Amino acid sequence: MTIQTNNLIAALDPEIKDILVSNRREFFRGSAAKLGLMASAPILLAMTAQNAFGQELPQDIVDVLVFALTLEHIEDAFYRSGLDAPGLIPEEYVGIFNQIGKHEAAHVSFLTTALGSAAIERPELDLTAGGKYADALTNFDTYLTLSQTFEDLGVAAYKGQAGVLAPNDDILTAALQIHSVEARHAAIVRKIGGKKPWDGAFDEPMTKQEVLDAAGPFLA
Amino acid sequence: MGYWRFVAFTGCRFNSASEHKMQNSMSRRRLLKWSGVTATVMVAGSLLPNFGITAAMAADLGEGDVGILNYAYALEQLEAAFYTQVIETPYEGITDEETALLTDIRDHEVEHRDFLKGALADGAIPALEVDFSAVDFTDRASVLGTAMVFEDLGVSAYNGAGKLIEDVAYLAEAGRIVSVEARHAAAIRDLLNPNSVSFAGDDIVDENGLDVVNDPATVLKAADPFITTEVTAMSLV
Repeated sequence: MTIQTNNLIAALDPEIKDILVSNRREFFRGSAAKLGLMASAPILLAMTAQNAFGQELPQDIVDVLVFALTLEHIEDAFYRSGLDAPGLIPEEYVGIFNQIGKHEAAHVSFLTTALGSAAIERPELDLTAGGKYADALTNFDTYLTLSQTFEDLGVAAYKGQAGVLAPNDDILTAALQIHSVEARHAAIVRKIGGKKPWDGAFDEPMTKQEVLDAAGPFLA
Repeated sequence: MGYWRFVAFTGCRFNSASEHKMQNSMSRRRLLKWSGVTATVMVAGSLLPNFGITAAMAADLGEGDVGILNYAYALEQLEAAFYTQVIETPYEGITDEETALLTDIRDHEVEHRDFLKGALADGAIPALEVDFSAVDFTDRASVLGTAMVFEDLGVSAYNGAGKLIEDVAYLAEAGRIVSVEARHAAAIRDLLNPNSVSFAGDDIVDENGLDVVNDPATVLKAADPFITTEVTAMSLV
């Protein structure tokens, strides 16, 4: 009996969950150290209840969450700046970018809470990437290009780290939930730019290093 | 293997009292059931030898990662069949842009379906029979409204299935698919409500910026009206 099967059963049938609950407890007790957070409570509850949560997670998971938080900080700052720039975003798209920005801010808050004391502050950013995109906040076409870059990058980044997060069900699930929201963002930004919302039937992952290489120029 | 168990189980339904007891306990394991044709299958089981039930009438998803991959394969079959019909019989007033988007989506779903079938090889469930009688394929709102339900459901299903996958290689493959489903969902939603926040609306993204996640039971229940073939997940126990 695997944990995956247990979880599926629990999700399906309360009666069977009762029968198996002792097995589950045995399982969790035996592998608590390996699993890190093992609570099956709603993740946010679990996270907000433990401020030191970040310290209890395995280092490889903390590293991924810090990496994700870094990307979310970039996106959050990018949309805040864009929405603050007078006349940059055409009126008909302001609502869309507000919605995207709202989500990125929420992701920053969520990951910051999840990491507790391991969370990082927003890094110093250079949205022009050293002058390469000097008109990032004055030319909507440039802004759209960067928006699509950040969103597609975010999708590829979360996808690339799923395997590292796999030992922790709650964190993996939350990361997948962020991942698909980033994909929704990417689709709409591409559409606004007159492009297809996708590149094909499959989205490819990127390694952490590939993502950092792409995002690096935007970190001051 | 899962299918064989289903057949054997069905066949023992009308046997001795002791087996009847076992059958009762096993029937509680029939956790997932998609169709209203259970009674039909039972009748067939009583009339025919155990192996007389055709694959088209019932399918068990199997256990472990095979079960999860079959779960995805079933959903992709549903989507591929739906968009195939959409393209074959375009709704009234369909635009070139819509045709291009929907054709791409059809192609993606067919690729997803075939990819999963290939990955499952001998473990794949049979081709499912679908029922789209609730959809008016001549009507844009009906087609796109159904498409939105399928795409959002697919995203929530993959999001919920991630933690159930044991092999991280399969998790990675599911990840390659789910974000494309999310892109579909956003595009369909934007067709229905252009330039609105619907692409990632507050109805599907919560205050933490998290997309919907659903467990298999919820997803299968939602998909049930569109699938004629009985699909069970009894072997996942």
